[in-house]
Amino acid sequence: MYSCADLKKGLKLLIDGEPHVIVQFDFTKPGKGQALYKCKLRNMLTGSLFDRTYRSGESFEPASLEERDMQYLYQDETGYVFMDQKSYDQVTLNADVLGDDKYFLVDNMEVKVLMFGERGIGITLPNFVDLRVTEAEPWVKGDTAAGNNKPATVESGYTLQVPSFVEEGTLIQIDTRTGEYVTRVKE
Amino acid sequence: MGEPNWTLARKRSILMQRARILTRIRAFFAERGFLEVDTPQRIPVNAPEQHIDPVPSDGWVLQTSPELAMKRMLAAGYETIFQICHVWRDGERGRLHLPEFTLLEWYRSGTDYRALMADCVALLQALTDGHSLCRQGREISLAPPWQVLTVSDAFHRYAPRSLAEAIADRSFETILTEAVEPCLGQDKPTFLIEYPAALAALARLKPDDPTVAERFELYIDGMEIANAFSELNDPVVQRQRFVADEQERRSAGKSAAPLPEKFLQELPTMPDAAGIALGLDRLIMLLTDTPRIDDVVALAPEDL
Repeated sequence: MYSCADLKKGLKLLIDGEPHVIVQFDFTKPGKGQALYKCKLRNMLTGSLFDRTYRSGESFEPASLEERDMQYLYQDETGYVFMDQKSYDQVTLNADVLGDDKYFLVDNMEVKVLMFGERGIGITLPNFVDLRVTEAEPWVKGDTAAGNNKPATVESGYTLQVPSFVEEGTLIQIDTRTGEYVTRVKE
Repeated sequence: MGEPNWTLARKRSILMQRARILTRIRAFFAERGFLEVDTPQRIPVNAPEQHIDPVPSDGWVLQTSPELAMKRMLAAGYETIFQICHVWRDGERGRLHLPEFTLLEWYRSGTDYRALMADCVALLQALTDGHSLCRQGREISLAPPWQVLTVSDAFHRYAPRSLAEAIADRSFETILTEAVEPCLGQDKPTFLIEYPAALAALARLKPDDPTVAERFELYIDGMEIANAFSELNDPVVQRQRFVADEQERRSAGKSAAPLPEKFLQELPTMPDAAGIALGLDRLIMLLTDTPRIDDVVALAPEDL
């Protein structure tokens, strides 16, 4: 069982027999009062979102889900297709289930697919992915101050903040857990 | 050679503002005759609090607030003192919470909590040039008078049930956090005053209405910024409250601690006084228009 202290973004809980994941989490506490744990939960089967606030002392049942190593193959009109490289079983996950994770998929990437019975209900990406910048304002010569930033779009259509020296065509590393820029990749 | 840590590098302008704010706060209190003090951060025991858990440190604990040491200074005759220090509260981590954060505390002898409201107004005005704050494009005026609202009136105005009902069914914190706090300090800062006597902690009860304590919390943009009391200096009542808090902790299965006996011994010589603890990181969030407490510190615990 989990306690309130275990709650965090990404934790998977079994609620009314169905797996749920915490997609947003915040700890709040009125000065001298009791702590409150505010969660936005997504039902991993239906995709529906709802808010729930827990108080210290409550406990939670972990959602024990099987994770299978799979390779990302391609996207078609039914969704994103993954294959188990040992059994050659294929599963398809739709864009809603993947959320922002879909922006970090690269062909042939090895991921863990979360299974509820025979259904794929989510993926765990590698922590870092390299993607090429397709759109960014040019670098203004002389702007060398560390810490200056600007928006950029990468090949998957995802937009993020990058340092000012990153230009169109640059290959960058992104942390898939936070969606944030890490570093340029040497080619 | 890799690139510098970009998340840390991009905080430079906010960290520079943070340093300037600290300098101005010290000047503000020095001009008003306050003595800056620096009491130990690792101590044998904190004031018992039902819902604040200290971090153990080799048999002692890290301070959850410098309150006891500063009140012992009041009792020894130091009349106006302030301190800027780190405090530790175990398990508190969220958008507005760091388990190690910075408090500004100040105390005034010979007065009550109303004097601290005037200090808050003057301090915020000294720290802002235009006498207003900008939060995500919205302006919050700092021109006095600020809003003063009793807890009871705030529940009446914003909550789905009355204060008495909320205390009876133990939903006080939930309703305060979810229904009341977001409405406070939106056009102007709000002083939420007159907490129910059961939530008095180390505050004195109001002489002409002992059902409420002389305690206020300052809210700006829905965010709790400071907590202030007219300080309780009756050692018998203070001991009873400490014992009750410790019993509540034990029955909730939490660690209990011995009572702060040196503080209780010296309390009888503490004059009438008022004290306030202000969350400095949150104040800096307001002054730099940033949404998360992580934005105003160099490194959060997850970065260590």
